[in-house]
Amino acid sequence: MAGGAASSGSTASDTYAGARHWLLMPSWFVLLIFVAAPVAMMLVYSFLTKEFRGGVIWEFSLGAYDQFFFDRGLFGDDPPQIDWTYINIFWRSIWQAGLATVLSLLIGFPTAYFIATRPERSRALWVFVITIPYWVNLLIRTVSMKFLLRDQGPMNDFLIWTGVIDDPLRIINTNLAVQLGLFYSYLPFMVLPIYAAVERYNFTLSEAAADLYASKWATLRRVLLPAVKPGVIAGCILVFVPSLGAFLAPDLLGGARNFMIGSLIEEQFKGNAGNWPFGAAASMILLTLVLIILMVFARQQRRMGDMR
Amino acid sequence: MSARTDVKTYPGFFAITLLCMVILYAPLMVVTVYSFNASPSITVWEGLSLRWYADVFTGPESDKFKQAAFNSFSIALIAATLATAIATASATAIVRAGRFRLRLPSLGLITLPILVPEIVLAVATLIFFNSIGFTRGYMTILVAHIAFCIPFAYLPIQARMQGIENTYEQAAMDLYATKAQAFRQVLLPLMMPGIISGFLLAFIVSLDDFIITNFVKGAGVETLPTAIFGSVKQGIKPNIMAISTMLLSLSIMMVTISYFLSKWDNTK
Repeated sequence: MAGGAASSGSTASDTYAGARHWLLMPSWFVLLIFVAAPVAMMLVYSFLTKEFRGGVIWEFSLGAYDQFFFDRGLFGDDPPQIDWTYINIFWRSIWQAGLATVLSLLIGFPTAYFIATRPERSRALWVFVITIPYWVNLLIRTVSMKFLLRDQGPMNDFLIWTGVIDDPLRIINTNLAVQLGLFYSYLPFMVLPIYAAVERYNFTLSEAAADLYASKWATLRRVLLPAVKPGVIAGCILVFVPSLGAFLAPDLLGGARNFMIGSLIEEQFKGNAGNWPFGAAASMILLTLVLIILMVFARQQRRMGDMR
Repeated sequence: MSARTDVKTYPGFFAITLLCMVILYAPLMVVTVYSFNASPSITVWEGLSLRWYADVFTGPESDKFKQAAFNSFSIALIAATLATAIATASATAIVRAGRFRLRLPSLGLITLPILVPEIVLAVATLIFFNSIGFTRGYMTILVAHIAFCIPFAYLPIQARMQGIENTYEQAAMDLYATKAQAFRQVLLPLMMPGIISGFLLAFIVSLDDFIITNFVKGAGVETLPTAIFGSVKQGIKPNIMAISTMLLSLSIMMVTISYFLSKWDNTK
């Protein structure tokens, strides 16, 4: 992503080459000290010993990672066995984020396609309408979703009033509610890259396919989809990655049973029950996971770029 | 219908687009409507009233909300201003200062806050402030916000700068303007739509942030999202819907301004 944004066209110049280091210094200063150094510090903390009132003791320990992956019994001296508790929380988060991504794709692709095939003048307006909700406070959006979906909420009232259902749908505190919340949080990230890809797509290819007696859906699957695949993959990554570490949607919509990585990490730093090294280790594992996904994605985008 | 449009349209895609719009807007509209409900219960509708808006400003929780609003807006204003200044300088170095070795690493560093999951950045920032012995409070929130606002301010500014040909500055310098004058009197005014839209996005992102703020705020200091979150944990109350409606109107207003600025072409 970063590399793509950097490519500067004919407007690149070296007018201010003499001042380049002065110009960059403020961002280096702020970002090195307050973003890069903290991430490094977090890595260090994940190898320290926990202190019981929250915080750490400066003694090297693998305890946090050990606790994440292994169970050594009540007194810590049994032979280590793989402990599935935390791995399962990660697995469930990946699964939830994956389903939210599929949901976003199923609704986002047709929407993006529809917008990209509008007359050129109205496209920007459609895109704007899709992105407005994204800029509304995430907490407020999630609370609104919770308000709407409640057992005695407006959606159930409406459905009962119209006679579609007799008893309220119980959606809050289910996996579905979390997926809906994640979908609602990150949908524009799915629509925008697909929209950009479809907009660049050469529709004479579809016409050629139709001339050769391909059905509409065969054209979609065999001609259009392969052509816009980079946009689809970008959209999926952009929804999946933030969903994986999301906190608000699982916390407010999922209830206690639908615990995700974000809540597990948050819990380690709240009150006295926390375990900072463990929280740091869980964060490191999440960060590693995300970086691997982004690297695979970047390599693939580059390969597709080479093929052109 | 001509053969050409026929190839383009798929049955059901329009319906899904409409469904998408309903899902996106229904929750916001429902909360907006219910914020005007006269009833103290959130399930019963008793007619239109502004009582919950009055409650936000004068009710029992008003002091808490006023303080939180002051913290939120002052932090967003300072963080967005500084982030925009830093981002403008960085964009000038990356777009208008030739190719050099630190160029791509700098760009990577600027996008870092977007690449790292928010919760991870929150943990890292908390650990950092803790390890250097900083007391958590207003200042820690402000510093964290400046840092993560930089990429959001940067992206529209860079996009704008790439769209401006450097012939304008060249012309100015041919007429004996110094580089500083060309920057201040030619490039900067042309950049204004990008700079304002970068500022607005940074402002919204700062105002929006819950996770990082929640980690670094310390006891007793609240911003609007953390105050709302604390309140919602005990159940959604009508006054929360009134605050939410005010905040969402503000966001929509700012994004709308940003949208029209991005279409405003002042290079002609």
